[in-house]
Parts: sequence; structure tokens; C-alpha cells
Amino acid sequence: MAKVLVKGNEAIAQAAINAGCMCYFGYPITPQSEIGEYMGAHLPEMGRTFITAESELASINMVIGAGTTGTKAMTSSSSCGIALMQEAISAMCCAEVPGVIVSVMRGGPGLGNIAPAQNDYFQAVKGGGNGDYKTIVLSPSTVQEAIDLTYRAFHIAIKYRNPVMLLADGILGQMMEPAEFGEYPFDDPDTSSWALNGADNRPARNIVSLHMPEGAMEQLTDRLFEKYEQIAKEETTSESFMIDDAKLVLTAFGSVGRIAKAAAIKARENGMKVGVFRPVTLFPFPDKDLHEVAKKADMILDLEMNKGQMLLDVRSAVFGACPVEFFGRTAGGLLTPDLIYQKIEEVYKKIETKTKAGVV
Amino acid sequence: METLVYKRPESLLKDGQFTFCPGCGHGVVLRIIAELIDEYNLKKDTIAISSVGCSIFLEKFFDLDVAGASHGRSPCVATGVKRCKPDKFVFTYQGDGDAATIGFNETIHTACRGEHITTIMINNTNFGMTGGQASATTLVGQVTTTTPKGRKPELTGYPLHAAEIIAGCEGTAYAARVAITTSKNIRQAKEAIRKAFEAQIKGLGYGFVEVLAACPTNWHMKPIEAVKHIDNIIEQVHPLGVFKDVSAQETK
Amino acid sequence: MGRIVIDRDVCKGCYLCVEACPKKLLKKSQTPNLHGDFPAEFVDEKNECIGCAMCAMNCPDVAIKEVYR
Repeated sequence: MAKVLVKGNEAIAQAAINAGCMCYFGYPITPQSEIGEYMGAHLPEMGRTFITAESELASINMVIGAGTTGTKAMTSSSSCGIALMQEAISAMCCAEVPGVIVSVMRGGPGLGNIAPAQNDYFQAVKGGGNGDYKTIVLSPSTVQEAIDLTYRAFHIAIKYRNPVMLLADGILGQMMEPAEFGEYPFDDPDTSSWALNGADNRPARNIVSLHMPEGAMEQLTDRLFEKYEQIAKEETTSESFMIDDAKLVLTAFGSVGRIAKAAAIKARENGMKVGVFRPVTLFPFPDKDLHEVAKKADMILDLEMNKGQMLLDVRSAVFGACPVEFFGRTAGGLLTPDLIYQKIEEVYKKIETKTKAGVV
Repeated sequence: METLVYKRPESLLKDGQFTFCPGCGHGVVLRIIAELIDEYNLKKDTIAISSVGCSIFLEKFFDLDVAGASHGRSPCVATGVKRCKPDKFVFTYQGDGDAATIGFNETIHTACRGEHITTIMINNTNFGMTGGQASATTLVGQVTTTTPKGRKPELTGYPLHAAEIIAGCEGTAYAARVAITTSKNIRQAKEAIRKAFEAQIKGLGYGFVEVLAACPTNWHMKPIEAVKHIDNIIEQVHPLGVFKDVSAQETK
Repeated sequence: MGRIVIDRDVCKGCYLCVEACPKKLLKKSQTPNLHGDFPAEFVDEKNECIGCAMCAMNCPDVAIKEVYR
């Protein structure tokens, strides 16, 4: 298939269609409304379901309904809309209902603004819902990767019977670039052993999130956490860019990961050994890989369009192997290659001072 | 020769004894639903959507596939199920705290969309499971744990009349309010639920039946007294009736 | 002539059936069941039961599990 020029939001929508998404339930919010518009234009004529729901609460619960029948379904929203979905995402993890949630982050807190931001890392990865649970979070940095990760999101949602969030930001959602829609590359597992379709000559099934008998909820949570371990083993993904000899490693996710690469290239041209480590899966976080990187590096500079959210996971992964610095802007403040480069120059001096002083 | 004229419905689990308080109305309505599912041979095609409150434990009583929903969101879960499995029979079982209070927006929009699902809403004018707090349908003057001196309209407004509002939505095929207080009323309740089920089976639209049911524990009444309280007091505020029946309009 | 079968350990003693029976053939038992409730009891010495099933219809616990006519 040839490359086409496509907007991030529309690429995600088309990729979902290619992945076999049979239902889209959503509620408009900037900067991701094109996803719903695209779905509204295409799904009905394909005989698939499109509903503009009465709220984000309704859309995510419709996704749950579809998920309980083993059907691929999706919703999409942005920051404050995703906030309204948290109760249902927690319920999906508990009841093991598959579904794909696309979050195209805007500035916050509150209604915030409609500028690109990454201030919903906590919301996506740590979850605003109740209880011990994990949402699988995939973070694309290019339109091409948004397509590929949308495919993967649908597959692993069904594979692990867990919600999967595609965490993009307003930059990625709104920008156009060439990308290729390959074929959906996965064989999805059969859902007939658990999906609800009526108790026809088999015992009745239930998919619920209330487990009252003594010990039942702890037993279930223990099993869910064994599943999350398995997900960590099989799905953890990161990208390393020029890090083999890097003294300074930049950590960044999503679109900032891509901007960081441009800054690293400029730093290399100016004699500084800088590389980039970009987590692609935010849960499971590539903590073991990052720890190995940190052991070889002199310093880590974490870059985010927020006040330091992934930073906590970075520090926890580095676990003292090297110092960690942070640079971020929030709520629409963009990290440009030049800004990042300035920060690189500043922290690189610290590495050189330490090396000269014999402190490593 | 004696003949069996009544037996426990097949769609109820054999050991699925109801865990409600003595005299609670839920049991009668769940049994009626099970009887109708048996009569229409729907067990193999049914997906029931439970809600939050005393209405929650459907999977412990029904021998049916059950999907659970968060508080007030059963119509959305039902919508998702029905759109994926249009040939299946999908109903939600909710209370007034769920369908008429926290989830009334979802109920209305499901009606407006004309989803081919059925909602059975038990109205006992309070939040039963949490101990009898005032809900949207609580009567003016009704004493609850959150209105110890009675519901005062100047503080908490007036009771919500769910069936009448749902009847006003274009996508609604059938909307009625019934009570399970006497043998006659129980028979009428079953006929109303039958009509609402048929609205789905015939693809006419959304079916909604509000059932006035007793909550003797939280009303601090003996079961017989609670049932009479519905007929004498509650029906003055929430009158019984069929507020919309598209199939009847067609026959005329 | 009719007959009913009561599962006395399922009955919670709400006595809605006592109120519903047109022939007044149901009454409160003097012996408690497994749960300590005094269940409804069917006493039909003169074979008056007509098998109308109104008792079963009113029972919130399906404790009246069979009705014969």
C-alpha cells in the first residue's frame, strides 16, 4: 500500500476500521472530534454501529456492552472527557471487558484549554478510577505509529480482556503527515468461551464487577495482577535512539519523544553524546530496559509537556543508577527542538564538570 | 387427576433463592420476568443487564447471561450489547435510585434513540440498599434517612415521574406504571411487562415499565401494611397507567 | 379442588399469601424454619383450595413453588 497524507485523528479512525472495530461510541471534544466525524461518515455505510452518546459516561459504558459480547468497540475523547470515563475503565479492568479508548490530550486541569499537552499521563497510566487495576497504555509519536498502535490496541484488548488506551496529544491528533495503512497484522483470539450471547445449551455466564463473598475480590485482584505481569513480559515496548555511547539520555513519550530526537541530533552535531529513550508502552513501563540504559549513562533528562508525570516512573526505573533531571512545559507550552537543545547544553555542562572532578 | 397449574420458572436458578428482605417487591417482579422469558422461550437468547442497588445480583437469581453495569449506566451497556447482537433479547433491571436518579439522563436518551431494549424499573421511592435515603421519586413529606422530617419541596424539590417522561420520548414504544400490590395488579403488571417485552421482540422501540414495589424495611412497615401504603398513598402521587403503547395506536 | 407446595425454609414469613388467599387457607406456622422465620402454612381440611395460584403470584420468594388444581 502506498503512503497517503493523513491527519493523526483520521489515521486513528481509519486504522480502527481496518482493525475490525464494529462500534464507535463517542461524544465530541476538541482536539479529537475528527475521530467521531470520520467514524460517523464511514461506519454506518459499512453496516457497523456509530452512536453520538449523551456523554462520555454513556459512550464508555456502551463500549462495555459491546465488549461483553466479544465485539471490538472503541470510544475516543480528550482530558476532561476521559476523566468522566474513569469509573467505567476501572469496572472494565475488574470485569475483564475488552475495549479501546483513544485519549487525545489537551491542556488542563479543569476545562483547561484546547492546546496540545501531555498532562494526562497520570490519568492514563495510574488511572483516576478506584481500586487496584492497570490500563494498558500505548503512546504513539508519529501518525504512522498511531496507525500501528491502533491495530495493536484492538488486538491486545481482546487478547488480555483489558481496556487499552491509545494516549496521543493534540499535536499528533491535528498534524498531517505521510503514513501507510498496512493490513491488520494480528490473529485475534476466539472470544466464544466467555462472550455473552445467551445461555443456549450451556451454563449462564456473567460479566460483572461486584464480588462480595469474603476473599473473592482479593483472589480476583491477585489473578488480575498475574495477568498484568504477563502483559509486562509480553508487551513492554520502547525505542532507543543513539544511546549506545550516550552520556546524556533524554527520556520522553509521544510527540515529545520525536521532538527530542531532533534535539539529540543537533547535540551530536555539536559534539555532545546524547541519545533518546522513548517508552512506547506506558503501562507496562519499560523499567528494566530504562534501568540498563541508566547504568551506562551519566545522566538522564526527562522531557514532558507537563510538570513531571512520567518523571516518577523514570526515577523509579533508574533507581539511583544515575542522576535524573527534568524539563517540562505544560498546558499548551510546546517543547521545541531549540528549547530542548538549550536544556541539553545546560545539563551536559553538569556531566562534564562531574567527569573533570572525577565524580561519576 | 390433578394438574400442575403453577411452578417455579425455569429461567430462575434452581438454588437461586432471593436474598431480599421479607415482603420486598423485587422477588415478585423478578419472578414475573422469569415467567415471561419462559413463556417466550427467550432463555437462550437473553442478555440481562444488572444495575446498582438491591437490583444488582441478577446472576445469583437468573439462569441467564448477565452483564453488570455501573450505577445508572445499564441502558448504555444494554445499548452496546443490543447493537452488537440485534437478534438477542436485552433488558435492564434497575431501581428508582439507578434509572430515575443517577441514570435518568441515560434512560431518557435510550428512549429517545428508540433502542430496542426493555427497562424494568422498580420504584420503591428510596435508595433501598444503602438504607433508605431519599431518591428522585421520594414523595413530598416522605420520611427517609436523609429527610427525617419529610421531603420538603422548598429544599429538595418534587418527585420525578419517570414513566410519564419516558412516554414523552418519540423512540418509546411502550411506557407504563404498574404496582404489585394485589393479585389483580400483579396480573396487570405482568401484562405490562409482556407488552414492553413484545415491543422489543417486534422491533417497535424502547419499552419501559415502572413498577411500584414495597420496601417494608426502609419504610418501617410490615409487608402487608407496606403493600397497602402503595395503593393508598403512593399511587396518589405516582398514578398507575399505560402512558404510551404504540402497538395499541396501530390497531386503532 | 387444589393444592399448593410451600418450601417452608425459603419462606421469610411476610404473609402476603395469607392476605391474598380468597379462601383464607394460609396462616402463620407455629414452628420456625431453618432461618428462624415462622413460615406460612397451608391448612385445607375441607378441601376448599381452588388452585387459583394467587398465593404464589403474591409470594416475593417463590416459596410457594407448585400449585395443583
